[in-house]
Amino acid sequence: MEKAAATPLVKGKAGTRRRLNMRRSIQLKNILLAAALPIAILVIWEVAGTMGKLNPILLPTPSKILEEFVSLTASGELARHLGISAWRALLGFLLGGGLGLAAGIWVGFSYKTERLLDPTLQMLRTLPHLAIAPLFILWFGFGEMSKILLIAKGTFFPLYVNTFLGIRSVDGKLFDVGRVLQFSKWHMITKLIVPAAMPNILLGVRLSVGVAWLVLVVAEMMGSSSGIGFLINDARSFSLTAVVFVGIIVFALVGKLTDSLVKLLERRLLRWQDSYKGDGTL
Amino acid sequence: MAADTLVIERLNRTFTSPAGDVTALSNIALKVKKGELITLIGPSGCGKSTLLKIVAGLDSDYSGTVLLNDKPIEGPSIEKGFIFQEPRLFPWLTVEKNIAGNLSLKDSKVRARVDELIALVRLKGFEKSYPRELSGGMAQRVSIARALLRNPEVLLLDEPFGALDAFTRAHLQEVLLDIWQKNRTTMLFVTHDLDEAVFLAERVVIMNPRPGHIRTVLPIDLPFPRKRASQSFQELRRKVLSEFEKVEEPAVDRDHGAGI
Ligand SMILES: Nc1ncnc2c1ncn2[C@@H]1O[C@H](COP(=O)(O)OP(=O)(O)O)[C@@H](O)[C@H]1O
Ligand SMILES: [Mg+2]
Repeated sequence: MEKAAATPLVKGKAGTRRRLNMRRSIQLKNILLAAALPIAILVIWEVAGTMGKLNPILLPTPSKILEEFVSLTASGELARHLGISAWRALLGFLLGGGLGLAAGIWVGFSYKTERLLDPTLQMLRTLPHLAIAPLFILWFGFGEMSKILLIAKGTFFPLYVNTFLGIRSVDGKLFDVGRVLQFSKWHMITKLIVPAAMPNILLGVRLSVGVAWLVLVVAEMMGSSSGIGFLINDARSFSLTAVVFVGIIVFALVGKLTDSLVKLLERRLLRWQDSYKGDGTL
Repeated sequence: MAADTLVIERLNRTFTSPAGDVTALSNIALKVKKGELITLIGPSGCGKSTLLKIVAGLDSDYSGTVLLNDKPIEGPSIEKGFIFQEPRLFPWLTVEKNIAGNLSLKDSKVRARVDELIALVRLKGFEKSYPRELSGGMAQRVSIARALLRNPEVLLLDEPFGALDAFTRAHLQEVLLDIWQKNRTTMLFVTHDLDEAVFLAERVVIMNPRPGHIRTVLPIDLPFPRKRASQSFQELRRKVLSEFEKVEEPAVDRDHGAGI
């Protein structure tokens, strides 16, 4: 956004500025168009609700949901649950993602390790979280441990698979360059393999972060006394549907926010790639 | 007389494959004096790259003797700078960081030397550019600077200008000669371009294939800077060319012999 605005100003041409204004108005039109349908739905929903056409237990009105959102925020309850959820997701992601990255590098590096580890890991990868959750609860109880481990299991694989792929797709010709420049093994990893695999690694991070939130809900709904997942589950058992909606919206917002953060990271780290050159002008 | 920097004797290299063995190099012998600029020329498949890779330490599957400063080659090292046909820059690093490679630009000595080399290869103003922003010739100059930063004992160049247009190529030849005259780095320069071979070399090594071997070595006793249009240059060029025409015939005969 900023970049797009800055470039034409440097050129200082009236023509480019006019083109920029035109692009702005097109963008604005696009946003309005995209928002039209959701807004229409919200309005109809609200009107139908206030007219008593909807069962408030199944479908509370948008204003009711907003009200609930405000009161939960004001009481600090929402922030507390969100904080706990975020903490779990972060720990699980760091543990699983970190191990996934390390395993991906290790297996990517050596065919021997690949033959030893990859078949087992691929088998574990296909196990559904829901099937494993009861086992984790049996082993580690209802405490933090089972939740974090479940998230770790979920976040491990996207990073593992993508890091592995990234490393295997490093141009072999660049390895010769590293050898000729007498890179140490450490420099081969940090100066060559990791940067070259970075596009894949970041894709893995993005997928992992998404999985972290998904698994978090499963973990918190299976048995917990805190967190957004608990908030939703608890509200459901008391038929506080508005609170359920608030929980879902919070998940959606936080998911989108973290995804944008990773995207931002991508844009910074992958500046060298062609595809990021014309960013903001599309 | 300067000592021999590089000594190659009875060098053989055979690639084994299910389809049959290929003798890429057969009984190669070559001595390169310190500071000498040698060009290797021959048709493709005559083992030029294989020879360069062995000297670079990228290929150790040979028999015979290869000595650099009286010591056998033990793997790749910064003593043996290598410039590939393609620039092979790290796309995620800027020009200056590509040149520095695993050395830190925060080190003031490295910094000063990188700046010096950027000036030498005429890339001032492009220090912070990424490889995708460079032309082919500029990128190849970066790779030359990268090799020179390590102060190599010998610089190995494998058809470094082969993919460039004639103008850029002529310009880079000047740049390389400039560098050679300043640093007196020993250079082994592989090319399939006759003009280039004669223009740069103090000696031209003529190779021919199946199996790859050295046909002859021709000294080029022309003072630098050389003029391509000059009589003496054209004469030497013809001499190298006629050497090739001699080369072609027996090579074909040998092929027929093998076929029968
Ligand atoms: N890695 C390899 N495996 C099998 N054969 C090879 C390999 N590298 C080169 N050769 C063979 O060795 C011969 C010489 O190759 P090369 O040194 O690349 O020739 P040049 O660089 O002169 O064109 C060719 O016949 C080629 O097919
Ligand atoms: Mg070659």
